[in-house]
Amino acid sequence: MSIPRTQFLAVGVLSMLFLLTGIANAKVEESKAAVKVPAAVAATDKKPAEKSKSTADHSKFKELDKNFKTGPDVTKACLECHTEAAKQVHKTKHWNWEWVNPQTKQKLGKKNVINNFCTSVESNQTFCSACHVGYGWSDDSFDFTKEENVDCIVCHDTTGKYKKIPGLSGHPNYKSMEWPPHSGKFRPAVDLKKIAQNVGKTSRQTCGSCHFFGGGGNAVKHGDLDTSLINPGHALDIHMETKGLNMTCGDCHLSDSHEVSGSRYAPTASDEKGALIRGSQDERNPTTCVACHGNEPHVTEAKLNHHTDKIACQTCHIPAFARGDLHTKMTWDWSTAGKLDDKGHRIRTKGSEGRDLYDSKKGNFTYERFVIPEYVWFNGHVRFTLFGEKVEGDKVKINEFMGSADDPNSRIWPVKVFRGKQPYDVDNETLAVFHTAGKDDAAFWGNYDWDKALAAGMKAMGVEYSGNMKFVETEMSWPITHMVAPKEDALSCDQCHKEGGRLHAIQDIYMPGRNNTPIIDKIGWTLALLTLIGVLIHGAIRVFTSKRG
Amino acid sequence: MERIYIFKRFERFWHWSQAALILFLMLTGFEIHGTYKFFGYETAVGYHTTAAWTLVGLWVFAVFWHFTTGEWKQYIPTMDKVDAMIKYYLTGIFSDAPHPFKQTRLTKHNPLQRLAYLFVLVIVNPIIWTTGWFYLFYNSWKDWGVGWLSLEWVAFFHVIAAFMMLLFVIAHVYLTTAGHTPTSHIKAMITGWEETH
Repeated sequence: MSIPRTQFLAVGVLSMLFLLTGIANAKVEESKAAVKVPAAVAATDKKPAEKSKSTADHSKFKELDKNFKTGPDVTKACLECHTEAAKQVHKTKHWNWEWVNPQTKQKLGKKNVINNFCTSVESNQTFCSACHVGYGWSDDSFDFTKEENVDCIVCHDTTGKYKKIPGLSGHPNYKSMEWPPHSGKFRPAVDLKKIAQNVGKTSRQTCGSCHFFGGGGNAVKHGDLDTSLINPGHALDIHMETKGLNMTCGDCHLSDSHEVSGSRYAPTASDEKGALIRGSQDERNPTTCVACHGNEPHVTEAKLNHHTDKIACQTCHIPAFARGDLHTKMTWDWSTAGKLDDKGHRIRTKGSEGRDLYDSKKGNFTYERFVIPEYVWFNGHVRFTLFGEKVEGDKVKINEFMGSADDPNSRIWPVKVFRGKQPYDVDNETLAVFHTAGKDDAAFWGNYDWDKALAAGMKAMGVEYSGNMKFVETEMSWPITHMVAPKEDALSCDQCHKEGGRLHAIQDIYMPGRNNTPIIDKIGWTLALLTLIGVLIHGAIRVFTSKRG
Repeated sequence: MERIYIFKRFERFWHWSQAALILFLMLTGFEIHGTYKFFGYETAVGYHTTAAWTLVGLWVFAVFWHFTTGEWKQYIPTMDKVDAMIKYYLTGIFSDAPHPFKQTRLTKHNPLQRLAYLFVLVIVNPIIWTTGWFYLFYNSWKDWGVGWLSLEWVAFFHVIAAFMMLLFVIAHVYLTTAGHTPTSHIKAMITGWEETH
């Protein structure tokens, strides 16, 4: 909008004035341009697939020239040189699956949070720990202090041949085994020596091996993270486009001492301080749009910069999520789980996308692609409904993004709201934990018996199951922040600046084109009409009297 | 036929370009307000801003012209003959009574005109310009010490002033036909020469 020279010409009047107004605008333009930060923090390792640029060739190390029997054996070898690595990992969320929110004091992390996908980790560790950066976490007896329990490879593999199998407590398969179960396909034993000799930097593949598959499958959980980001085109992700900037996860999620920046437990919803320059000792989160782009990034459209005090970059620049090849899961209804066919066998029905619509183990699902997000005020604080917290009613918010129009730290953010139905212990008045997977009698996926599964799950949480359960509707919000579209695909103004636009749910803010003060419009147009009628009558009388005269 | 040279070249240029800009600002402004869809929101905002800046430029020249030529004195209000003017518009005009105001080069606006233009100058324009500038420099509010302002109120007054301008335009356009002949005022604004008798 405002800028101008071309538009001035188009207006085509007042050539002298052009000069003057042009100067005024040029100043605006200049000041914005100054804020534009160098492509700076971008791309440290351009092509993850290419030959490593590392100064160390791990295949030449005698420590790694061994036929390792297990993952921990490899880790011991790693630690011979990288003496502090495991100690560093031990401090992270990736290891502890626990994080205490300093503001709310809520104990979060995967270990503690109940979600509305597979719901909870407790009593299901042998399966869940396929995404733990460790080996051997099968129950509460796991030793979190043991250094060789850290799994270095899962993040540092470059061969793509390393896979932790659900059910093996975080281990890959050391022997050939049938995978997926009952598929008739066999997965060869993992070649630890080859993998260890080819370790390198993290990559989209390594981060994605867990984060693309959250919630039990590709693209299921986040909506903005799935395997289509491994080789994305221009329209899907402007930063990760393979033929473009080709940035990796780590380019934004800068890490220090194995602590990876950026977190959905305590996201940075806004950063008034602007771009974060390299070398800055600032403790701010580097994993934000603002950290590179600043708060006034729009160079030719100054008016757009007026939005950054209210609207997160993501709101306009991620017009929809799940824009890759895959549908993301939008709902999960556990209440229908457990139906079996006449022969007492598990039922699975698939939709046209090859996605499960029903599975006896899990219930009903729906999936969507190119999903328009919901929008909420968000100041970075997230409140979770944790186990044991008394909740009433049939609707429970698993988490809630805090923020409001009056809060200067709040921005309007796009979110994926995942809706489901899941077990609730009526007498204990809490979201229930149930035992899902395992070879024992109580596991729901073996016996399809809610009472047994709930009794086992609640017991593991240290609470006695009341025997009285129901299904409650739950909602969980996920911030949408990946899959940033190229600027030509950003939202146009009138997708919000109109009645019933994208921000229709957010009514506590004035938006030109949407809100007006009806009383002023009524008075204004009435007076205008009366004036018009008045002059017309006056004119008519003049015409009439002059003819008569 | 008696005629006098009332409007000089710059004045005519100023008048017509300002008229065009104001009409265009109203057209785009009410679209931004959400009253109708014509150019499309984004385009309307762009045009509105450009037209506003152009009008700022025009005003710089107009203010300069008014002060260097002394023409600003034409807007000094007077109550003299205001009642006669009102009476004329209410009755005299219909019976072809003589116009109570004699136009000269030194007093080219009748007393009602003076009041109306002054009203636009000191009430409508300041509201519309102040709020308009706040709109244009939304990000600088904090630096200016007015971080407490709300966009809603800025917009509220901007719209009120826009409606006042609309009312002025309707009355003004009609009254151009109230000269010695229905077209004499309009001709004067084009050629500079007003027929007075």
